[in-house]
Amino acid sequence: MNDNPQGILMGAVRAVAIFGGIMTLAPMLVMAERRICAAIQNRVGPNRVGPMGLLQPLADVIKLLFKEEIIPDRADRTLFSLAPLLAFAPAAISFVAIPVGRDLQVADLNVGVLYVLAITSLGVYGISFGGWASNSKYSLLGGIRSSAQIISYEIAMGLAIVSVLMISGNIHLGSIVEWQAENGWIIFYQPLAFIIFLVAAFAENNRLPFDMAECESELVGGFHTEYTGMKFGMFFLGEYIAMIVMSSLLVTLFLGGWDPVFFDLPEGAAGTAISVLCFTVKLLAVLFLYIWVRWTLPRFRYDQLMKLGWKAFVPLALLNIVLTGIVVSLLTETG
Amino acid sequence: MTEENKNKPERPRRSWSFLLYLPAVAKGLFNTLLHILKLKGHKTFTVQYPEKRQEVRPGFRGEHRLKVDELGREKCVACLMCQTVCPSNCIDIVAEEAPWEDRDKRPKIFEIDMLRCIYCGMCEEACPCDAIELTEKLYTVSTSRAEMIYDKEKLLSN
Repeated sequence: MNDNPQGILMGAVRAVAIFGGIMTLAPMLVMAERRICAAIQNRVGPNRVGPMGLLQPLADVIKLLFKEEIIPDRADRTLFSLAPLLAFAPAAISFVAIPVGRDLQVADLNVGVLYVLAITSLGVYGISFGGWASNSKYSLLGGIRSSAQIISYEIAMGLAIVSVLMISGNIHLGSIVEWQAENGWIIFYQPLAFIIFLVAAFAENNRLPFDMAECESELVGGFHTEYTGMKFGMFFLGEYIAMIVMSSLLVTLFLGGWDPVFFDLPEGAAGTAISVLCFTVKLLAVLFLYIWVRWTLPRFRYDQLMKLGWKAFVPLALLNIVLTGIVVSLLTETG
Repeated sequence: MTEENKNKPERPRRSWSFLLYLPAVAKGLFNTLLHILKLKGHKTFTVQYPEKRQEVRPGFRGEHRLKVDELGREKCVACLMCQTVCPSNCIDIVAEEAPWEDRDKRPKIFEIDMLRCIYCGMCEEACPCDAIELTEKLYTVSTSRAEMIYDKEKLLSN
């Protein structure tokens, strides 16, 4: 960002537009989740509020806002109130570095990948604090599990990204997309890294089959057992926004970001609009996969989860880096 | 226990493709996709309740009905068989003399407490005159406990 007032104003407009976009997308995602879940389970799903039930998320949020806030008797009140914010805010602010269209992001960071990884990892503090502050054994177990899980999968995810960075030779998210627009999507160069990243993203977002932090059948509600009203709503919204951020990162790193594949983008505003559209379509496809997987697979057991993370994904990701390194160095020497 | 357990079942040998998990995951995803697309005979089992209602299966045991004969008189002869057999004691009959030639008694009061009834159908089986039966009426609804005690008129019109 430069210092002239016009640049700051444009930045603010972009920030509001993109943030508004994800804040709209998150409740719609909740809606989509419920409808797709219903379809998979041969049900109809919520369809009463508004046309085709599209206003259901609005009704949900209104309900959450008007619900009574209950803080458990011996809870750590400060942490208890702080935790939902800690879960929500990192998810929301990590979106700024994602290029949602050609040259369109809130902040054009030259270390975009590192920024997104660093900020999304902060989300686990919200969950752990929430579990700790609730003064409930279920919440505590949920929080502990979540932190252990995220540490294990963060490593695999980071290593998977390293191989992407080796290929594209850049850590700036916009440049990675431009590299893919020229040379094709990275998923075709790095299928293994893609799978590792995808699975680690599920784990990072505490989504089934890795939702050890919630784990309804064992831990009641996990870390948010004791939460009610909008505090619970913040956790909920944060989870879905984190999903959107992870999907965006996936699209940017592996699926060509805003690149429309079949044709070159025209110059000017029209091209930018098309690029945003392409990004959105890809993003929605990945989010559909998230929901689809959630309602297909059963939950992993905790030890299976750890085994998969440390014994399968970390070695595989390391192997992938070594192989990528060899291939890249051979190609650059001859070329 | 140093000896190895001989009854221990052997672990099934798993192929490498199983250990990859991914083929099984893909298979599961394909299966749920079929459910979403409603191909292959999948259908939605729930209905939009107040507008549409689930079909009642034949043989369903709902609210009771007292039958009438071809002359329009209630078939019941107040023999108290149903009251006797009822396991939840929900039937209450008071007999009176019948004004007709072919029988001695008829019920003056015939009340069924629907809150007590367990819809077992024993009354229907016990009745010698085929005078009581369970209908397919499913929605036993009222706003007070008193209304839930069905009298003779209600049961005859059911």
